[in-house]
Amino acid sequence: MSGRLVVVGELADGRPTRLTTEVATLGRRVAEDLGRPAVGILVGPDAAAAAETLAGFLPEVVAVDVPELVDLAPAPRVAAEVATLVVPEDGPILVGASPDGRDVAGALAVLLDRAVLANAVDVEVGPEGPTTVTPIFGGKSIVRSRFVGRPGIITVRPSSVDAAPAPAAGRIVGRAPAAASGGPTVRRLERVVEASGEIPLEEAPVVVVGGRGVGGPEGFALLQELAALLGGTVGATRAAVDAGWIPYARQIGQTGKVVRPRLYLGLGVSGAIQHKVGMQTAETIVAVNRDPDAPLSEYADLYVVGDLFEVGRALVAELRGRREGGGG
Amino acid sequence: MRIVVLTKPVPDPASGQDRLGPDWRVDRAAAPAVLNGNDEYALEAALRLVEAHGGEITLLAMAPPSAPETLRKGLAMGADRAVLVTDPALAGSDIPSTVAVLAAALRDLEADLVLAGIDTSDGFAGVVPAALATTLRLPLLSNAAAIEPDPAAGRVRVRRIVQGGYDVLEAPLPALVSCTQALGAPRYPSLKGIMAARSKEIAVRSLADLGPLPRPVGGAVAETVVVAVDPPPPRGATRTVRAPAAEAAREIAEFLAARRLLP
Repeated sequence: MSGRLVVVGELADGRPTRLTTEVATLGRRVAEDLGRPAVGILVGPDAAAAAETLAGFLPEVVAVDVPELVDLAPAPRVAAEVATLVVPEDGPILVGASPDGRDVAGALAVLLDRAVLANAVDVEVGPEGPTTVTPIFGGKSIVRSRFVGRPGIITVRPSSVDAAPAPAAGRIVGRAPAAASGGPTVRRLERVVEASGEIPLEEAPVVVVGGRGVGGPEGFALLQELAALLGGTVGATRAAVDAGWIPYARQIGQTGKVVRPRLYLGLGVSGAIQHKVGMQTAETIVAVNRDPDAPLSEYADLYVVGDLFEVGRALVAELRGRREGGGG
Repeated sequence: MRIVVLTKPVPDPASGQDRLGPDWRVDRAAAPAVLNGNDEYALEAALRLVEAHGGEITLLAMAPPSAPETLRKGLAMGADRAVLVTDPALAGSDIPSTVAVLAAALRDLEADLVLAGIDTSDGFAGVVPAALATTLRLPLLSNAAAIEPDPAAGRVRVRRIVQGGYDVLEAPLPALVSCTQALGAPRYPSLKGIMAARSKEIAVRSLADLGPLPRPVGGAVAETVVVAVDPPPPRGATRTVRAPAAEAAREIAEFLAARRLLP
């Protein structure tokens, strides 16, 4: 029997993450091109229930309920369970490149002794098997890579693929946990929720980003308003994060998140290289900045020279007007 | 506490000149090497932990022979010594090779705490910390925004960033922690630190020095290969708008509407 393409899912609040459905959509297409069956694996405290959603994207989903994962850091145990379900003929193994997904992929690489191709935004299939497409150095080059010998693990960047359900729902197979829990234990003592319901930065279709020019935490209120009107979320440059105006989790760039939204709207952002590496693959880039010569003026699609507060407030009024006017 | 900080020299992203050479490996002549940004946060966290709890810091890198220049900055920031694993056979190593080599070097260092940046600015893979922890059977506390060890009790607590908040994790020492910028800005080396760094030890070790490894390593056995390197698809020309705010806002809205970006 030829092996299967494996999609390792991730759970949040009892449901597969959006990234998981994106990876499943990509996995389904790649499996078809490879002529291999695709199978999803979900491991977690409520995997069986979550498998219903993922089965909308894949022909088969294996659910492993591990109730004690509620109190543990999940990645090592998820990787251990997945490793018991993967046979040597299987591959490639697709994992979302979220923080947990990277941990799962790293652990799986060792447990299965498989190579890793990281951060794919697409997977093409040629005569030599799957080839990953990955922007490196913050998008300055696009690298295509493949495995030598058997296919290994591919991590997939958020927002690289539009999630699309399969024409027919797949079947769900429940499995009892099988991994020996001999590994070192990391206990979760507490979960502190600071901003519930916020769209994850990497998953937001629209990101409204503030830089040094925003001037302080209160300035971000305008960005929040714009983000709400545009159906997106707020991000920031390192300067704004370092100044303490907005949490680190919102930072885009070299030591923050890499985002690939449909729309990036930058207000008071200069777009220096350390920030650029985190956002230059956005589909559309619009910027408002007083400085006509800021780096962003060279790679934005639309660059407005002006005061971010004046233009930002006018844009709020304009968008509200259009909404009330029935979409203009 | 004995702390080991994993450090990777990377082409300076701020130079704008980081690129692959004709052999499709990092063109090390094109851009100056710097310590990977997230590794500097890991080192800063280590320095603060040693200031609070005592101990010593060793930098560990697997890198080309030119790496001592880059590691010297970490020593100037306050690390006590460095170990550089370098060997011509390691050029072109894939992730499993890198992990096997770092794991072997780490075993000899007997660390209470291993700190690493969450990812590197050249590859952005971010899988090495978990792979190392799995290889060494160390607890992994990843994506750390705060690290609170209790050496007397033999355990460490970490505040781990998760979507919308954080988890408080606890594990026994020794442990491996992957570090984010939320730990605090790295210090600049002082003049005294720079002077002191000149006489600090950088132990250079070859593959042979590491002894037998559990698997073959290096470029010759890499299980991944680059097949093409292309420039990104060009972005269209920039349209620049200079207009009063209301007019500029209308232009933005129309631009977004034309691209179907308005909800």
